[in-house]
Amino acid sequence: MIRLTRGLAAIGAATLLLTPVEAHAHGFAGDRFFPATLQTDDPFVADEMSLPTLTKNPDDTTGGQSYSVEVDIAKRLTPNFGLTAAYSWNYFQPKGMPAFHGFGGLSTGAQYQLFINNEHEFMGLLGLDVDWAHTGAVHQGGADDHTTLSPTFDFGKGMGDLPDALTWVKPLAITGNLGFSFPTRVNSAGSLNQETFNAGFAIEYSLEYLQHHVKDIGLGAPFDRLIPLVEITSTTPLNRGFSRGLGSTNGTGFATTGIIAPGVIWAGQYFQIGAEAIIPYGEGQGHGVGALLQLHFFLDDLFPNSIGRPLLSW
Amino acid sequence: MIPRAFFSLVLGALCCAGAGCAAAHAFLDRASPAVGSTVHTAPTEVRIQYTEELEPDYSSAHVEDAAGATVSTAAHVDENERSVLIVPLGTLKPGRYKVIWKVLSVDTHVTNGTFTFTVAP
Repeated sequence: MIRLTRGLAAIGAATLLLTPVEAHAHGFAGDRFFPATLQTDDPFVADEMSLPTLTKNPDDTTGGQSYSVEVDIAKRLTPNFGLTAAYSWNYFQPKGMPAFHGFGGLSTGAQYQLFINNEHEFMGLLGLDVDWAHTGAVHQGGADDHTTLSPTFDFGKGMGDLPDALTWVKPLAITGNLGFSFPTRVNSAGSLNQETFNAGFAIEYSLEYLQHHVKDIGLGAPFDRLIPLVEITSTTPLNRGFSRGLGSTNGTGFATTGIIAPGVIWAGQYFQIGAEAIIPYGEGQGHGVGALLQLHFFLDDLFPNSIGRPLLSW
Repeated sequence: MIPRAFFSLVLGALCCAGAGCAAAHAFLDRASPAVGSTVHTAPTEVRIQYTEELEPDYSSAHVEDAAGATVSTAAHVDENERSVLIVPLGTLKPGRYKVIWKVLSVDTHVTNGTFTFTVAP
């Protein structure tokens, strides 16, 4: 009996060893580790979860305040294909009016990893995000009464393939999203739902990469895991209120808008913590500075033999 | 309805997976010669300290000179410290060398990486 048990254990151990988890489970391309960015989509499929993401938005144009608590989860079905889901609870405090709150709409996504080039620390991903109609409190939580489809192309590129003489530039990396949003209803409560072009970029300087792959400058914990970054997003309306003949805006608040978010991410073995300031820009945007704090778990490291693996490798 | 179902799904998945909790990817922690360093005495080996223990049979590394020729012999995991990989070197001439490693941590995660060091006259 003992011999049989030992034999089964040996077979189990051998099976584990012969089926190693793919190294690039969460954001690796060669030596480069791309962290999960806070405002823009990651250019990789992964098993991960943000719980929670706490946001204090910049005040709106009237001085009203809003906050949100969000959870995001991403799950690989195969090594190159995964699904995402996000849900939030929102709190609004209009200036001089009673506060209200409610759940935002459900957002889901399907993602396919187009390529990962290890030598050049380069990766690309195609995705389709869907914001679902009537999946939250439309009047209280800011959820939509219509579904919006958003195809995206996401990419990440590290600078580690630059010449060795550029020691201090090699830790740089950029990730980005390019996509469109197509609402499935033309208008809601008298307001036009515009189709938009969306772009987002994250410029990252990885002290982890510098310390462990370029030059040991003596950084110890926790500084050898820090990644300062700046994220920039933009949304540009393409129709339903936008007039090209009048230039970038028709005077009714339909110009390009977005945010600039400087911050820092600390990425450990099992989780990362990120914090960013949120600075809005563009016509009709709020004023002041918001803030975001996120705790993000790497499910593939926390649960490597269960939900941390692609479903088809279970 | 949907919020409750969604959070139940998340929490249920985590609870079901609790038994699967284990160690993580093995990342490079320290190396000797240090990453990107310049040394004036040719080292006889490269020692790489990882953040996790390694599976000896599936962990390896080699060192190449500037021309791409291998200048090391078979790497092995330190018997006394299983998170350390040792790469024996031949006699190194002054020049730039590249360490290329690939390891399997005890929880079956594979990681790989590179770094360089320079031997100066």
